[in-house]
Amino acid sequence: MESILAIAVGILVACAVFLILARDLIRIMLGLAILSNAANLLIFTSGRVTRDAPPIVPENVKVPEGVIANPLPQALILTAIVIGFSLLAFALVLSYRAFATMRTVDVDAMRLAEPPYPGQNVPSGAAGRQVERDTARLPEAAE
Amino acid sequence: MTVWLLFWPVLLPILTASLCLVFWTRPDLQRVVSLVGTAVLAAGILALFREVWTSGIVSVQAGDWPAPFGITFVADTLSVTMAALTALIGLGVAVYAMGDLGHARESHGFHPLFQGLLAGVGGAFMTGDIFNMYVWFEVMVIASFGLITLGGEREQIDGGVKYVLLNLIATALMLMAIGLLYGATGTLNLADLAQVVPDHPDRGLLTAIAALFLLAFAMKAAVFPLYFWLPASYHTPAAAISAVFAALLTKVGVYALIRVFSLVFTESQEFIYAVLLVAGIVTMLVGVLGAIAQDDVRRVLSFNLVSGIGFILIGVGLGTALGLAGALYYTVHHIIVMSALFMVAGVAQRLAGAPGLNDLGGLYLKHPWVAVLFFFVAMSLAGVPPLSGFWPKVILVKASLATDAYVVAAAALVTGLLTLYSMAKVWSLAFWKPQPEHVVAAAGPGIMETGEMSRGDTRMTLLPIAVLALITLLIGLFAQPLLTLSERAADELINHQPYVTSVLGGEGA
Repeated sequence: MESILAIAVGILVACAVFLILARDLIRIMLGLAILSNAANLLIFTSGRVTRDAPPIVPENVKVPEGVIANPLPQALILTAIVIGFSLLAFALVLSYRAFATMRTVDVDAMRLAEPPYPGQNVPSGAAGRQVERDTARLPEAAE
Repeated sequence: MTVWLLFWPVLLPILTASLCLVFWTRPDLQRVVSLVGTAVLAAGILALFREVWTSGIVSVQAGDWPAPFGITFVADTLSVTMAALTALIGLGVAVYAMGDLGHARESHGFHPLFQGLLAGVGGAFMTGDIFNMYVWFEVMVIASFGLITLGGEREQIDGGVKYVLLNLIATALMLMAIGLLYGATGTLNLADLAQVVPDHPDRGLLTAIAALFLLAFAMKAAVFPLYFWLPASYHTPAAAISAVFAALLTKVGVYALIRVFSLVFTESQEFIYAVLLVAGIVTMLVGVLGAIAQDDVRRVLSFNLVSGIGFILIGVGLGTALGLAGALYYTVHHIIVMSALFMVAGVAQRLAGAPGLNDLGGLYLKHPWVAVLFFFVAMSLAGVPPLSGFWPKVILVKASLATDAYVVAAAALVTGLLTLYSMAKVWSLAFWKPQPEHVVAAAGPGIMETGEMSRGDTRMTLLPIAVLALITLLIGLFAQPLLTLSERAADELINHQPYVTSVLGGEGA
């Protein structure tokens, strides 16, 4: 069971890396979502998978009898899910705001904070997704 | 009482942040709450510092769960020094922010976010549990996300996108490394890991996990080749915010790096230290070369910040007590000087009404005090005696010569020279040369007199800079106490048995 989950983690990370390497901000966000889920699944797998043995200590006993499932990874994952969820929510709002201010989702075309280096050909948006250009302020419009 | 003091760096900022939220509609009250809260924070940490200095490492188990099952908070010399610096910078920035932040930024939640950031940084320094460290990293990161985009200017959104993306990837990597380490060892307590990891049979697996940790922390600390997010974003927010970021955020990454690799992964040190040494040399050279090429003053400083991280890394990478002591000394110096530099750069940019070196100028004539303060801290960064930057460089060069690492010593000296050049460039272009006519004409009359800053604002912002500049002079003139402190912290890191004993009790001895 662990090996199947481990392979699943590997596939998820591969998908995440593929998406994060894209220029499109939305794809990068999806990649991040998958990456944080891969991390959660990885913690779950690291805690070993035990079937049909809930970690419940019977009455009048201090130590559970026999092998039980490991409850700690689930506590860790719960923490990580909550954190990951809020961070992703922030990142999505920021992406929308970035699109609203810069009119592009192409991270290569976002050259406001860092001006383009000499000779850089700033792309004009992600795969034709450019809507109207704010001609007065985008750096390449000056040329 | 000590028990409460250990949670002080976390509890107090959270309390202050909550109080600030209560007074959401009253930014003027938030100011007072934030300032008083940070002052009380500093007082508590000083008391904790005294405790650690006199009676050694102290630790506390949250909820009285015996270690390694509960969450542990530990204060050793390193962590309490870092927490004290956090409080010092917090206090400085809280004062600076009064004169620097506009009403809009203050009423949109600067104070609660700032206190949240301090809580995250303090928690990361005090915790003795690797997963708990991840949680504090995230507290710090989410607060910093809010701060870097606070104000919502176009450049901030652009810089914020890059900052957020890279930080999210780094925390995901850290979480994966923690998961794998837990799977391999079955524990998350740092002191317990220090016992389990050296006896673990699967060396290859642990080296891979160590490399993953190195990657995640190096990304946080802005180490070559993972530093690009820093100069892309640190110059965009308000000056007060970039000052606190420059002082603390990358240092948390460095602290985590030092903590994990001195306590847990001590076996595969050869490999990790070699990586740190090479990465450190490249980071400091690339950083300072980048600084020379930049135009925006705060981008120059961002690259110098990256360069300073390289200095710390070579001290760690040398693997000797002297090198580590030099690295810790440099960390203290760098935190103080970097925040002061970012603050004074913010004042200069506002007074002159322009961000770029080419458009700045003439500040020495119009605002001699700003110019003098900048010169002072800039020379400290460049390592001119008798200021505080001089001694750690001497120690680091001495430590590298002692281990026959001549390349490292040469790189450190070359970087020092180039830093001097880059600071001199900023000085002569921004302060010494007259401001170009077209900028003065475009800005209209009066911009050279006070800029957009009132006299009260200027005084309020110059006060913390002057105090920090005084501190860098004092620790330069009286270097011995800080050197003793660094040596003691380095010794505790290398001989970590007392740390383990303090956390795990008698069985760890």
